Amino acid sequence: MTLIEITNLNVRYGSKPVLQNMNLSLADGEIVTIVGPNGSGKTTLFKAIIGTAPISTGKVKLRSNLKIGYVPQQLIIDQSLPITVERFLKVAQKTNANALEKALNLVGVEDILKFQMSNLSGGELQRVLLARALIGEPDVLLLDEATRGLDQPGVATFYRKVDDIRKNTDCAVLMISHDLHVVMSASDRVICLNGHICCEGAPDSVASSPEYKALFGSDVDGTFALYRHHHDHSHHSDN
Amino acid sequence: MLDDFMTRAALAGIGVSLAAAPLGCFVVWRRMAYFGEATAHAALLGVALSLAFEFSVLAGAVLASLLMAISVTLMAGRSLFLDTLLGVAGHTSIAAGLVIVSFLSGVRIDLMAYLIGDILAVSHMDLLLIWMGVVIILALIIWRWSPLLLVTLNEDLASANGFNSKRENFIITISLAIVVAVGIKVVGVLLIIALLIIPAASARSIVTTPEAMGFFAALIGASSALFGLNAAYIFDTPTGPSIVCVASLFFIVLSLISSFLKRKKHN
Repeated sequence: MTLIEITNLNVRYGSKPVLQNMNLSLADGEIVTIVGPNGSGKTTLFKAIIGTAPISTGKVKLRSNLKIGYVPQQLIIDQSLPITVERFLKVAQKTNANALEKALNLVGVEDILKFQMSNLSGGELQRVLLARALIGEPDVLLLDEATRGLDQPGVATFYRKVDDIRKNTDCAVLMISHDLHVVMSASDRVICLNGHICCEGAPDSVASSPEYKALFGSDVDGTFALYRHHHDHSHHSDN
Repeated sequence: MLDDFMTRAALAGIGVSLAAAPLGCFVVWRRMAYFGEATAHAALLGVALSLAFEFSVLAGAVLASLLMAISVTLMAGRSLFLDTLLGVAGHTSIAAGLVIVSFLSGVRIDLMAYLIGDILAVSHMDLLLIWMGVVIILALIIWRWSPLLLVTLNEDLASANGFNSKRENFIITISLAIVVAVGIKVVGVLLIIALLIIPAASARSIVTTPEAMGFFAALIGASSALFGLNAAYIFDTPTGPSIVCVASLFFIVLSLISSFLKRKKHN
């Protein structure tokens, strides 16, 4: 079943076109990664999905009652705002005890529930944001450079968690990432974005395509297999 | 009981503080202090215009603040120097307000009453209007507390959860305009922002949750109003500034205590 269907999307900020003729469809349980250089419209695409981008033409169609778990690129909490991790996880969303415990277990934030949000390290903050997104029992997770500021082991752990989540909750994942080598092999599909879709397809075919190499250079191949997503199940996503 | 001017003054002061304090938390969290200031300055222009054209001062103040808040919000999206813009708009309003009042030669207008408030002159009607404003603001803030908090934390998170962050921001804007208007009688346009920010800042050092901050800010604000009023009576000082001075004392004492406790914890 299609969760998100984007057709001929055009977004511009002022006179500057950010996304041109974008088409994208995301099915149940799929992991799709979006790569692209800075300013290529990746975050704008997410904003179009959550409804905050100024769409000039085109359509973003979400399945009715689609629950989105959004993990933003960063969260800056002013020191003047006192809030514990526990409270943050529950702000303005319905939580049932079951989903809460499951999300906490999956992401591993039980030990920092009483911490103040403004005192968290980068890695802890990312875990909290991911946990919050999961508590809402989303149909789709949107991860916007969710591993910004993490070291390499941290990045690998994070994507292993994402994979666990998909296995445990069968929610789809749409993610933006700069960690090309780590992320691409964990995805079902990779979309290479630069204002428009340059190329898309299975990770290996995108990595070897000339468009991709033109954008990112060819030296990324060397570290490509740092983490691989092992398929021990099937997704039935192509029917 | 309401015939006693001190009782009316106390009720007016407590009312405005109760509404201002939780709203003030959002102003502090979102770093909107300067925005609030410009809104308050616009109120003076509203007051001047309503005196010139002889319509309700309260309505003039609400309209001018609202107009300022909305136009600045709209401009903010398009301009990078919001701070400067607020400075230009806010100070222009206060200057224009003062110029307009100088033309009103017929009546002798005590401008100080609008600049620093005149809580002892609160009438029954004023009290009714103030409390109506208070109830509206408190109802809005309590009803929208969680969405407002989420929008304050991160607008995109709020949108992803299906909230309209523009609408939530508008609630803050409206409440700000109302609090400025009803606060004019109590502490005046120059000091109303103090009633928003100082109780919230004082509460910050003793709390760990946003809700507690809202609650203690209200408590500190209301206490400041009561003690300030008494102090003004005893020492024969202007009431508005006295109330703000007491709030500042709360801030200083609570900050000192909390930093002392923190140091003790570290040792």
